[in-house]
Amino acid sequence: MAHPAATAVLIGVATFVLAPLASLVLIALIGDTGLWPHLVAHVLPNAAINTFALLAGVAVIAAVTGVGTAWIVTAYEFPGRSALVWLLPLPLAFPTYIVAYVYVDLLDGFGPVQTTLRALFGFRSAADYWFPNVRSLGGAIFVMGFVLYPYVYLATRAMFQTQSASLIEMARSLGASRWPLARDITLPLARPAIAAGLALALLEALNDIGASEYLGVQTMTLSIFSTWLNRSSLPGAAQIACVMLIAIAGLIALERYGRRRQAFTGIDRHPGIARRIALAGSKRWLAAAACLAPVALGFLVPLTYLAHQVIVRGLLLGFDSILFRHTMSTVTIAACATLLTLTLGFGVALALRLVRRRFAQACVFIAGLGYAVPGTVLALGLLAPLVAIDEAINAVTRCLAGVNIGLVLAGSSAAVVIAYTVRFLAIATGFAQAGLARISTELDDAARTIGTKPAGVIWSIQLPLMRPALWGAALLVFVDCLKELPATLLLRPLNVETLSTYIYQFATRGDFEEGSLAALIIVLVGIIPVIRMVRYADEAVQNAAIGRISA
Amino acid sequence: MNMRSISLAIVGVLAASPTFAQGDVNVYTYRETKLVEPLFAAFTKETGIKVNVISASSGLEQRIRTEGANSPADVLLTVDISRLEDATQNGITAPLNSKVVEQTVPAAYRDPEGHWAAVAMRARIVYASKERVKQTAMTYEELADPKWKGKICIRSGQHMYNNALFAAMITKHGEAKAEEWLKGLKANLAQKPSGGDRETARDIAAGKCDIGIANTYYWALMNDKEEQRKPWAEATKVILPSFQGGGTHVNVSGVALVKTAPNKANAMKFIEWMVSPQAQQMHADLTYEYPMRAGVPINKTIASYGELKRDPMPLAQIAANRKKASEMVDKVGFDN
Repeated sequence: MAHPAATAVLIGVATFVLAPLASLVLIALIGDTGLWPHLVAHVLPNAAINTFALLAGVAVIAAVTGVGTAWIVTAYEFPGRSALVWLLPLPLAFPTYIVAYVYVDLLDGFGPVQTTLRALFGFRSAADYWFPNVRSLGGAIFVMGFVLYPYVYLATRAMFQTQSASLIEMARSLGASRWPLARDITLPLARPAIAAGLALALLEALNDIGASEYLGVQTMTLSIFSTWLNRSSLPGAAQIACVMLIAIAGLIALERYGRRRQAFTGIDRHPGIARRIALAGSKRWLAAAACLAPVALGFLVPLTYLAHQVIVRGLLLGFDSILFRHTMSTVTIAACATLLTLTLGFGVALALRLVRRRFAQACVFIAGLGYAVPGTVLALGLLAPLVAIDEAINAVTRCLAGVNIGLVLAGSSAAVVIAYTVRFLAIATGFAQAGLARISTELDDAARTIGTKPAGVIWSIQLPLMRPALWGAALLVFVDCLKELPATLLLRPLNVETLSTYIYQFATRGDFEEGSLAALIIVLVGIIPVIRMVRYADEAVQNAAIGRISA
Repeated sequence: MNMRSISLAIVGVLAASPTFAQGDVNVYTYRETKLVEPLFAAFTKETGIKVNVISASSGLEQRIRTEGANSPADVLLTVDISRLEDATQNGITAPLNSKVVEQTVPAAYRDPEGHWAAVAMRARIVYASKERVKQTAMTYEELADPKWKGKICIRSGQHMYNNALFAAMITKHGEAKAEEWLKGLKANLAQKPSGGDRETARDIAAGKCDIGIANTYYWALMNDKEEQRKPWAEATKVILPSFQGGGTHVNVSGVALVKTAPNKANAMKFIEWMVSPQAQQMHADLTYEYPMRAGVPINKTIASYGELKRDPMPLAQIAANRKKASEMVDKVGFDN
């Protein structure tokens, strides 16, 4: 074997992700298939159509908003640009279902908007006029689209920023006008990034339960839950989850196949940004407004609403040692999980570069599958392997010391850290692969010819060059961990709450506003890495540009 | 923060020991910690036994089952009959064998085999517009009457509260009749099922619908404790409906003893304490539920709804029809 260490990393990480999935398959297999005629006749057609429509709608909003804003802030100079650059990713810090609650409260029949309308026009009740219903498929698309577009924005902006300036400027100098330039050069070059960002956004939308149920959209994921809970059939639920997993894996594979012949390594030897064009006149305000709108819808409106609730309800007085402890647990667990996720994700990507075999690619593909399973289902799948390891540990301690030490993994926060890692590994491997793809393999070869060992190449060449990708992945994984709910709920140990589970207990009671302060803390904790990362990425790009000029 | 304090914090959180001292009871619950914390605190104060908690919204039975012999779980404290039944069916519970529980909790609200018992009750009732609905009494069967066409609001038919109500309808009238009823109810809906029970009150207040189906405690909470939502309560009134020739549909919060409980004695103390006069009074005042123990006064606002005539049907019979009710919701496309 060419690179035993790299091969071991690949197999190890793939096994790590496969364990919960395999246990899910086992659960699915022990049940009979008696539920399927009913599911096929009465549940799946409707759920499939709703899910498809939801994903299509979210895809349109997320792609148009994410790519559009990423392009505007990268290519143009206009008032407010520098602030918008870091404001645009912020909707990510909100749990989707919280934003759904906020919009229902604001726009529903008794909310401030319609109450004002009624007062203005003298209507007596909500039955006297037409107003779009937030609790609908359209509402769900709107909410999820504007919360999830940052995945596309972040991935695409990183790509635009480092896109070969010479290529674009050459095309400009040859007189290519804006649209053909975008159509023929910019967008095709950014396609892998757009696809990666969009896949993350759509999988997140697919996993949602809270917002879909509240807004009355019967999705596939909801049908997994009613099969499990109301029809008391965990095997049935696992069967639906497995079928969905196969479908998703198929789609991802298809997308990869679609761009199998595209390789852009050559053009990335001079990464650097094309000059930003300063906009003049009304165009500058149009650009500013276009970028501000998604920030307002996905971030400022919910932020203002929550801040208002914190004040009206006097929640600041409720910031006690308990909430502080929850904040610390949240941050600690999220930080550990981020560290582990990045290590494994980048480890896999680096190993793939050494072991260029089909089996290695399969391992990387498997490593990304955790994101394609709803959080609760993943957590259920994870329990059995964790308990099995714990029982093995207990068998050893019984032999050696005659004591049972209990559930070391399944009964501690380690379970939550592992669940986050399995779930968000796709983000790390995605960013790592994208980051590595722009480092020419000629560079590796050059280093190897002067006698550098593979580990040396990784430390001295690849890791430093991948820093922007590392930061991007760290940010997304960290923020996703901060707000992760379903797996945390099911796996956390006794007496441990994260901010997200703390908010949820109010939400299940139908009183989510009481959790406003905790929601704001998540946002606050999330903002710091967002700003850091955006700044860092900008500096890195500028440094690269300066380096090029001085060379 | 330096590296040392970070690593200390990490060790602290990760090493949160899974086993606790003998003076503890470990409660896995579907209730919100914040809501029932005062109950736990009172128990600790009286007995000196510390209560450790995990709360979740689903999957606790599965977690206990998978954790197996090493599970720290002592007690499962739930809302809704469905969860109690699932726990029993998963084989994770042991019979309570408690005289105290048997004497306090009526037989219809206990598992015939003794695997679970109710600690409090809530009823699934009707909220109605004060302005547009003159009626003050009604039957559940009447909800399918075309006179309500376009006038009813409700949350998802797959939600456990509705699931139990529909299952009760099946138990009362048989599958065929219940399906007719569910179709009738669906035809009367003003909008697709969505939101929660509070939204039902809000929609009535906003004029989207005239009546809605919700649990007893929401109206009282909005009226007594939630200033911002008081207008929703003020625009609605509460009707306690009954089944034809029966009473009002009641669901429960309940407890079960985990088979592998490491602190069994403490667990039984906890369970028996939950039906004590003090705990029952706290339930009435904290969660706005109906106490199980006879003689414990009902919360004032809840009492103002009128006298609750509970339907006599044993809960176990309702729970047996949950799956059918869930499939019926799919079949008539209730949530579509």
